[in-house]
Amino acid sequence: MNVGVIVFPGSNCDRDMFHVLSDVFHMTPQYCWHDKPLPENLDAVVLPGGFSYGDRLRAGVIAAHSPIIKDVKKMAEKGIPILGVCNGFQILVESGLLPGVLLKNDSLNFMCEWTNLTVENNKTPFTNQFELNEKIPIPIANGDGRYFVDDETLKQLERKNQIVFKYDQVVNGSSNQIAGVCNEDGNVVGMMPHPERAVESEINPHDNKPSSLIFESLLNNMGANN
Amino acid sequence: MGNYRVHVTIENKPGISDPEGKTILNDLVLKGTKQNVSNITTAKMLKFTITENNKESAQSKVKEICDELRIYNPMVSVVTIDTFDA
Repeated sequence: MNVGVIVFPGSNCDRDMFHVLSDVFHMTPQYCWHDKPLPENLDAVVLPGGFSYGDRLRAGVIAAHSPIIKDVKKMAEKGIPILGVCNGFQILVESGLLPGVLLKNDSLNFMCEWTNLTVENNKTPFTNQFELNEKIPIPIANGDGRYFVDDETLKQLERKNQIVFKYDQVVNGSSNQIAGVCNEDGNVVGMMPHPERAVESEINPHDNKPSSLIFESLLNNMGANN
Repeated sequence: MGNYRVHVTIENKPGISDPEGKTILNDLVLKGTKQNVSNITTAKMLKFTITENNKESAQSKVKEICDELRIYNPMVSVVTIDTFDA
């Protein structure tokens, strides 16, 4: 499976993501620089975490105007699975591929800690191997992780089953404890926590299997399509 | 054509929490000597300098740039634009 890992100036989780995709899940990732066209042979695209453009103006907004995002939008329209993690989620939101916005955490702190997610939608290419309400111990590492949507959009997200992950307790002031959402078609998923930091038992003191299901879901999705 | 300074103030819509403003209020101002301050909100200001035919077109051009490039996020923010002769 060919997976594009998009690299922006200031991305810093791209190598972790590449390592996990290739060494743990035996996919074929390739780095894609932000000002080059996206290769057409990709089966999935990942926007990794980091601090693209130093979070200037607003986290993700400058990267959202990169040339490669036009190609990401075309792939999204074709139904190709796209995952944004942390800064990648912020970029997807700022590019209009996902609804909402990520604001500074209520505490104003950069939060680097383990959280627990619950799976709210197990129909996406990144969650199809989960049971509904399954728990995922997973770390966050962000300063601007407070997901916000207005009441009307929140109702719409609930109605259309676009809430993918929630924190199981109040973490940073996110609307309805939302940690990850998808687009209406379900193929574009954004999440603040870092699955690539949780899939190996050596660096996960809790349970690395639930986070692994995010990538196994992607493999399963591809298998089902091929 | 003339030069104009256009100030764009970006702030949260009413009702959206502003923890930075609250921290400045509760942990700085209200711990000082002035107890009659009831609210503080933070904002970001961008100062554009632009060459345009007149003040009105300077203002509308900057608004257009802000909308087109999502200089502010309309989900959460509002902008106020003030234009001055440079």
